Amino acid sequence: MSGRPSAWRLLTQNGVVAFGLALLGVMVLIVLLAPVLPLLDPNVTDVAHRLKPPLYPGHWLGTDQVGRDILSRLIWGTRLSLVVGLTAALVAAAIGSAIGLSSAFYGGLADTLLMRGIDMLMAFPYLLLALAIVAALGPGLFNAMMAIIVVNIPFFARGVRGGTLSVVNADFMAAARLSGLSDWQIIATELFPNVLPGIVIGVSTTVGWMILETAGLSFLGLGAQPPQADLGGMLGEGRNLIQVAPHVATIPGIVILLLAVGINLVGDGLRDVLDPKLKSGGLARTHARTAAASSEARRAGLQPAGDAARQPLAVRGLHTQFTVGRNVYKAVGGVSFTVKPGEAVGLVGESGSGKTVTALSIAGLVATPPGKITRGEILHHGEDLVDVPMQRLQAVRGGTIAYVFQDPLTTLNPLIPVGEQVAETIRRHQNLPRAEAWRKAVALLESVRLPDAANRARSYPHEFSGGQRQRIGIAMALANNPEVIVADEPTTALDVTTQAQVLALLNDLRRERNAALVFISHDVGVIAELCDTVHVMYGGKVVESGPVAAVLQTPAHPYTQRLLACVPVLGNPERKIEPIPGLPPATNALPEGCAFAPRCHLAEARCSAAEIELAPVSADHFARCVRVAA
Amino acid sequence: MSGMVLTTRDVVREFGGGRKWFGTPRPHVRAVDGVSLDVARGRTLGIVGESGCGKSTMARMMVGLLLPTSGTIEIDGASVADLARTDRRTLHRKVQMVFQDPLGSLNPRKTVQQILEAPLKALHGMGRAARRDRVAELMSLVSLRAEFAERYPHEFSGGQSQRIGIARALAANPEVIVLDEPVSALDVSVQAQVLMLLADLQARLGLTYVFISHDLAVVETISDEVAVMYFGKVVERGPRARIFADPQHEYTKLLLASIPGARRAGPPG
Repeated sequence: MSGRPSAWRLLTQNGVVAFGLALLGVMVLIVLLAPVLPLLDPNVTDVAHRLKPPLYPGHWLGTDQVGRDILSRLIWGTRLSLVVGLTAALVAAAIGSAIGLSSAFYGGLADTLLMRGIDMLMAFPYLLLALAIVAALGPGLFNAMMAIIVVNIPFFARGVRGGTLSVVNADFMAAARLSGLSDWQIIATELFPNVLPGIVIGVSTTVGWMILETAGLSFLGLGAQPPQADLGGMLGEGRNLIQVAPHVATIPGIVILLLAVGINLVGDGLRDVLDPKLKSGGLARTHARTAAASSEARRAGLQPAGDAARQPLAVRGLHTQFTVGRNVYKAVGGVSFTVKPGEAVGLVGESGSGKTVTALSIAGLVATPPGKITRGEILHHGEDLVDVPMQRLQAVRGGTIAYVFQDPLTTLNPLIPVGEQVAETIRRHQNLPRAEAWRKAVALLESVRLPDAANRARSYPHEFSGGQRQRIGIAMALANNPEVIVADEPTTALDVTTQAQVLALLNDLRRERNAALVFISHDVGVIAELCDTVHVMYGGKVVESGPVAAVLQTPAHPYTQRLLACVPVLGNPERKIEPIPGLPPATNALPEGCAFAPRCHLAEARCSAAEIELAPVSADHFARCVRVAA
Repeated sequence: MSGMVLTTRDVVREFGGGRKWFGTPRPHVRAVDGVSLDVARGRTLGIVGESGCGKSTMARMMVGLLLPTSGTIEIDGASVADLARTDRRTLHRKVQMVFQDPLGSLNPRKTVQQILEAPLKALHGMGRAARRDRVAELMSLVSLRAEFAERYPHEFSGGQSQRIGIARALAANPEVIVLDEPVSALDVSVQAQVLMLLADLQARLGLTYVFISHDLAVVETISDEVAVMYFGKVVERGPRARIFADPQHEYTKLLLASIPGARRAGPPG
């Protein structure tokens, strides 16, 4: 169904993980076969043949200080260490997860009691606690395992509690309650499957650590007791002979190393598969600007710019696409529009229509990888921003072309006072002393009508309401007297009454400062309130453009017509809203010809035959529809 | 009134409060502050208000996910709070909820079949064969293809996920469905599909809706009665036509005036 490769393939594709898997597989196979392999008895002493070196006849890895066969002891010892490590990890995970799950699910008093108990466990130094437990219970492998289980419970309890808390308030938990499921059913079928990957990751990354700890306790003589062989015990016994017969300690040491390496590599691989967010690939650095095809390739077939070269912004034949695996998402497929000084241009469309990618392409802000501008140019007074030098692009960004984003809480730095952030934007572009920049920043915050700006400039982003934060975002955009402000859904996250204020402010400011506005929204109402011209986008293309009044009152493209028919209009509840059947197209599988044809009630054969050009409806009103072109 | 299926009287809900270990009082917020509402059988009550006005808290109390600090909520004459404490199954056969985030309200590790079967089994004790038939029926009620039942939530678009959320609520065969911002996360064209579906289901199944939204035009389209909430209180309520044509409270007037011009009826421009 999905293009995502299977978990097993993801695991084995990674060379390092495959190596770990092979290493571990061989070791596990050998220790599983221990009973049937032709091995000498690991505990039979033969003092006559003590401390023989490796490759001694009959003893491939030599013998130890009492003449026992090292190979045999090694295999049986590894078997024991693996069993103990795995059991300890599983038991600690089971107990710890149960504590974490119930603590997070029931909350309140149960949470307090359980977690304070865990805190008490954690208050003791780790190894000291293990030593104390073994001291109390007496030495022995089982007791050592108990000690390791106890000291590892907090790790799982806290991890699972955190994982559970992020799920426990999810709406699907409430939905399960409404479905009549009991607490136990909810824990077992809703909660547990969603925290299980975290537990598996925890186990796989700690098994190695637990084996090392058991080995450590055995090394100190508190774990496996002679003559029983485990890796730590063998290491401990060989320690005194390191000068005389180094192989006695070195061989178990190497096996411990290989075991830990194998387990950790597989653990990391499992984590990558189960938790794709942590995967190193996801953290790949994005470039400082969007990648682009060569300028010849981009400009092939473009008409001369003419008048557009004199405008503050002209997007011409823009194609931006994303390559993810084998899928190519043609997010923007040939968008052209011009922005005149002081003009307000609206881009309207539904999610996936390409409006945001168009906006981000203007200043090369589309993430690369995976984004790339493959065709078209972006002219800023005739200068193609797609291939200007980086320094020049940085001067334009936040300088003559500024952005306002949807959610100011995520675009403002939470650790820096807002005045400082506005001042930084000013100083980045203008050579001003600190105090002067601060004064300008306060003046800007006043101009966006932030109450008590001089004092509030020292506050942090979280101390403001959503509407106030968006005013600060606008102040930052205005910092360097931009010619063009690109505003991407700036009021979508705001309440209606706040939205009305912010829209009024944007409108006043752009008129005062004669700045052009590229305003992106899914809300035709907002566009109509603010813009002079509008471009309606669908499937990465502009399907209709023209003066706002013309496009919204006499829409020529069926998509625009039906989009408007979908929107409930206040004060006219009797008007029947008519949904558009079907779904917007996926941009990696756009239909031939008109992207709207599969949902269009007027579609005919020629709609899907070939590319359709924008055709004039009137002098300044265009639509991309065969019915208009005819 | 016998025609009322859901009534609330002086409902208050506070968060926080109480005392710390050493007796210092904790701060508390009154999210819902004395709300009294009536919902007539087979009709739609729209509740509008901005973020933080208490409308979602109200929704959760109506379905028994939260208990009121004081005041009563009754469904068919029985106290929702009492049922939530003693007999959740009876309560959830009467009232169900549809959530705002279409994907977040579906367990990512269950198939649609499993999600829809849960209420059939737990609330109605249906057998395997009966559940299979009913799931197919529910899928067709919300206009989804029956074979989609084998898929996992992440394979669906927002609009399709919300249909599944509605089907899950319908599976309980409730009298009342509380819809908390059910179309706010959807694109306009898909939003219209879901609104039409809701209207159609109400007409066919005689459902009663409590429709909560910040979007006045949407509420106006779907509601019979409207209540406007502001800071935990209902500042104005009445028949839809009266509220929108002749708002009395200053806040209602401000809300209406904030809607961008093109989405208001009247001479264009």
